[in-house]
Amino acid sequence: MQTQEIQKISSQVRRDILRMVHGCQSGHPGGSLGCTDLLVDLYFSTMNLKTDAAGKVVFDMDGTNEDLFFLSNGHISPLIYSVLARRGYFPTAELATFRKIDTRLQGHPTPHEHLEGIRIASGSLGQGLSVAIGAAQAKKLNGDKSTVFCLMGDGEQNEGQVWEAAMYAPHHKVDNLIAFIDENGQQIDGPTEKVMSNRDLEAKYKAFGWNVMRMDGNNAEDIQNTLNKAKAELGKGSPIMIIMKTEMGAGVDFMMYSHKWHGVAPNDQQLQDALAQLEETLGDY
Amino acid sequence: MALFTYETKKDTRSGFGAGMEYLSQHNPKVVALCADLIGSLKLEGFIKNSPERFFQTGIAEANMIGISAGLTLGGFIPFATTFANFGTGRVYDQIRQSVAYSGKNVKICCSHAGLTLGEDGATHQILEDIGLMKMLPGMVVINPCDYNQTKAATIAIADYEGPVYLRFGRPVVPVFTPEDQKFEIGKALHLVEGTDVTILATGHLVWEAIQAAEALLEKGIKAEVINIHTIKPLDVQAILASVKKTGCVVTAEEHQYNGGLGDSVAQYLAMNHPTPMEFVGVNDSFGESGKPAELMEKYGLNAEAIVAKAIKVMARK
Repeated sequence: MQTQEIQKISSQVRRDILRMVHGCQSGHPGGSLGCTDLLVDLYFSTMNLKTDAAGKVVFDMDGTNEDLFFLSNGHISPLIYSVLARRGYFPTAELATFRKIDTRLQGHPTPHEHLEGIRIASGSLGQGLSVAIGAAQAKKLNGDKSTVFCLMGDGEQNEGQVWEAAMYAPHHKVDNLIAFIDENGQQIDGPTEKVMSNRDLEAKYKAFGWNVMRMDGNNAEDIQNTLNKAKAELGKGSPIMIIMKTEMGAGVDFMMYSHKWHGVAPNDQQLQDALAQLEETLGDY
Repeated sequence: MALFTYETKKDTRSGFGAGMEYLSQHNPKVVALCADLIGSLKLEGFIKNSPERFFQTGIAEANMIGISAGLTLGGFIPFATTFANFGTGRVYDQIRQSVAYSGKNVKICCSHAGLTLGEDGATHQILEDIGLMKMLPGMVVINPCDYNQTKAATIAIADYEGPVYLRFGRPVVPVFTPEDQKFEIGKALHLVEGTDVTILATGHLVWEAIQAAEALLEKGIKAEVINIHTIKPLDVQAILASVKKTGCVVTAEEHQYNGGLGDSVAQYLAMNHPTPMEFVGVNDSFGESGKPAELMEKYGLNAEAIVAKAIKVMARK
């Protein structure tokens, strides 16, 4: 898919995120906006997804013979919900139910409510990479040649379990896995450098045995080029880690360059100001 | 008079190992994971038969639970194994989010539960694991009583779709249940019929309950002994029928009062059929180092303790 088309979808997804968070006055817009470009690329271009004869995506829990994505930093749920709905897993109208009573779109993603496209609960941080590794090993056992993707936050790197998984994947040669770290440099109590410095993530993952790449996570072209490069490295004995620099709140000028919008919803005026910066490309839900 | 006899003593963990060896040959979807305790979990047979279906995680239990959840995608049935302390308390949140809430078909199988691991002491002697696991919605909790039953339970849980906690132990104990028995999850087993007092026991305490019933019989007291190998779902029909007949009940387990079999039974009876009840278990205390039998005596988890509680509860009828 051309990057212009991806950017068009991303603009709509960003509108969805803002409207969802505004609709329930709750949720995490900053990181969701920051990772939009990656998730749209994955679901609309890079990943091979199971479809029916008419080309519509179909969901089954096992996900054999298709690429799988696991969101470890589950608080950016508005993003995954919008992308899944826009990709056709469930009706976009359901986005309006986000975080409201009886919704399938829980505050953090879960398969518990049988929402198509979600295979694991996340929210309590540090668990997604382990799950993705397990799913990748299941694919190997099944002779399934498809790829497993996983996104984590940079604050999430504080969790000990991440490093248990980091040690395991190269040891077991889990080379059908591409993981990402959203390096936005922010976490709840302030800049990551101040709260708990990750120091040199690239050197750390390299030392653990990962094939490490870097990209600009808000540049559609760089994302596509880096993912192409990463895919060429699959099956060569090492898991792949892409550290992607992003800006929290990307796409909305007053939400960028600050941690303020990590977990705060815009009011009516702020929503209008934000939406004015994002073209409605696919029709609001 | 001996109500039950036995020829050999074996550890329940070896029953688990035998069950896993059987599954390696009979169920190609079963995979095993272990956090650096292959010998303690008796997994050598499984690994010898199916090396490609075994995953060594190193001493990293949180990662083991997450990987197990991931392995279920694609149809595998992961058996995640370690000591009970490290497989439950240490990784409670991983089990909660990635397994139970996510509804994944993971079997958490843990050895060295309770006091009877002995000399290693309280750091390893978890007495809270039944409570932790039974509180999770949808989690099945099983604590078999001997080698044969542990083997049968291991084989049976592979055919059950959903998360299971299977708990067993380290010491050798009498093998008194039938070889090649069918294990039915949630189905209590009547071992001794009686009319004066109901003894509901689980795990290593089942044999002690039988010994207690023999001692009570010598005093002219007819105790009914029921093996509650499945704490969740609890066989409430079997329990209710028995206490309606006897009018009093003693529970016996290698676990804290809080969160154990006893409080599941008490909760059910309080709501449905209030009955005088006594508990054999550990009462809000950590364990300590010592030989298994010494510890069971010191903490009141043997036949003698069950007899005393049976006599006490009968006086409250």
